[in-house]
Amino acid sequence: MSVFQLLNGLTFAALLFVVASGFTLIFGLLRIVNLAHGALYLFGGYIGYFVATRTGSFVLGGVGAMAAVAAVGFALDQGLLRFVRGNELRQVLLTLGVAFVLNDLALVIWGGDSFTVPIPQMLRGGLRVFGVFYPTYRLFVLVTGIVLFAALWLLLNNTRLGALIRAGVDDAEMVEASGVNIRRVFLVTFLLGSALAGLGGLMGGAFLSLYPSADAEILVFSLAVVIIGGRGSLVGVGVGSLLVGLLNTLGQVMFPELAYFVIFGPMAVLLAFRPLGLFGRAT
Amino acid sequence: MMTMRAGSIATRFAGMTGSAALIAAIVVAAAAALPLVLSNYQVGLATEVLIFGILAMSIDILGGFAGRTSLGHGAIFGVSTYVVVYATAQAGLPAAAAFALGVLAATLIAAIFALLAVRTSGVYFLLLTLALGMIVWGICLRWTQVTGGENGIRGDVRPALLVTHSAFYWAVLAGAAVVAYAMWRFVRSPFGLTLRGIRDSESRMRSLGYNVPLHLFIGFTVSGFFAGIAGALYAMFNNFVSPSTVALAQSVEGVLMMIAGGVGTLFGAFVGAAAIIALENVVSAYTERWQTVLGITFILIMIFAPEGIIGKLRAIPTRKVR
Repeated sequence: MSVFQLLNGLTFAALLFVVASGFTLIFGLLRIVNLAHGALYLFGGYIGYFVATRTGSFVLGGVGAMAAVAAVGFALDQGLLRFVRGNELRQVLLTLGVAFVLNDLALVIWGGDSFTVPIPQMLRGGLRVFGVFYPTYRLFVLVTGIVLFAALWLLLNNTRLGALIRAGVDDAEMVEASGVNIRRVFLVTFLLGSALAGLGGLMGGAFLSLYPSADAEILVFSLAVVIIGGRGSLVGVGVGSLLVGLLNTLGQVMFPELAYFVIFGPMAVLLAFRPLGLFGRAT
Repeated sequence: MMTMRAGSIATRFAGMTGSAALIAAIVVAAAAALPLVLSNYQVGLATEVLIFGILAMSIDILGGFAGRTSLGHGAIFGVSTYVVVYATAQAGLPAAAAFALGVLAATLIAAIFALLAVRTSGVYFLLLTLALGMIVWGICLRWTQVTGGENGIRGDVRPALLVTHSAFYWAVLAGAAVVAYAMWRFVRSPFGLTLRGIRDSESRMRSLGYNVPLHLFIGFTVSGFFAGIAGALYAMFNNFVSPSTVALAQSVEGVLMMIAGGVGTLFGAFVGAAAIIALENVVSAYTERWQTVLGITFILIMIFAPEGIIGKLRAIPTRKVR
């Protein structure tokens, strides 16, 4: 694997981290496997594209994508998921229905063409790193992924909200019994997780481009990350993203047509020994 | 539907009580008479109902009787369809050989899925089967020289004998009757009862000395075998296969049919399949947004009737009694 390919893997892993960290936050705390997460990613990408091209600002595109997708997440959580609380299977299948509706809705609104979010002037071109000339934007994605990891780490370990989330992951009932409004913590987490999907959509939309089946593809990768990393663990998502990102790049280099298969093998071996993932804990 | 009642007629046919066998015979005879009154198009729809009913039943073996809902059965089904179409159109095999090969391929894929999935349960099982199914979809989409990529493969799969709508319908009906009977025997066998025991309490079954992963592995593989039969029939029905046959939507439709018919009712699968396919056809007449309707149906069933249509109907009389 050359340096160039290694960087490809790392930058893809960073994007996966942005998307999958939102997924695992929701999965870990609310026990909701949000299969609409891929659709939220796609929506974030389209809305980000729309805002970014209209205003000419990538940052505004990001803010718009995150706000819009968080709003969709709010509607999903308060409008639909509240009816099936506490039943894992019904929650999952419900979000799957939502994913179908959102995907079709995106097709109606934006059509089947593929879009590429415009990269801001500052991040165009390339930089020389480790002896290769590499696109600046993808390095920016890598840095964003690392910054986000640090930010989430600080949020979870050094703030009151983070302490509540961690406590909620371990035992939501106990937290509620100690006088905390756990519902509100749940909602904030759901919004944060959704917003991260939206941010991922904008970032991914600029180098993977956006098209109708992009949501399913990113969802599979996120699932693989969470299955490998384990439920609700930030370090797990980080390690899972790195593994999936690097393996996927390796697969594309070695067996271009069977790249999907290359993330499948290690996942299989891992599951044989740790059914709950690398950092997952039984509850 | 065919539960045994104490004190019913003592004569038995093939493990069924006399009355159950009579009902089954009447249902099959009524279904066989359908082509006499329906148009060719409607016979095609009825054939589709039978094929997807088999798929939904195979999902019910796991979902209803082993407590594990699979979101990967559309892929198992589709692998069989791919193999049958490829074997006849590209490799030039006779229909029967292609059929057998398709079912074999589906069973093998199911065995691989099962090896990975049996250690998980609940949501993890769902996620894992979903991911595995997506991998199959990704391979079918990308492996262009074999699968034809997005364009899929076309071929005259159906043998000359079964070219007319009615003849094919009767063949599928005969197949569906045999398969439904086999599945019914399977879930009522000691093995099937063990699966139910695992569904209700895995730890208790383990402590009673049952090898839980082995039972689930066999259950999954058998379920995949039946899904493969449905997929092979679908190849003959459609004469065409593309990545949408193995896509998540296929698995989801199968699960939806199983749930709509009633989880754990087995034959309810045909009711569910009929309901969903009828809905699809009605909707398609007015709008191209079938996927949205499918999604909304899913959401509504999850919120209002997770026990399915038959389960809902069953619940009505008991509510009145109270």
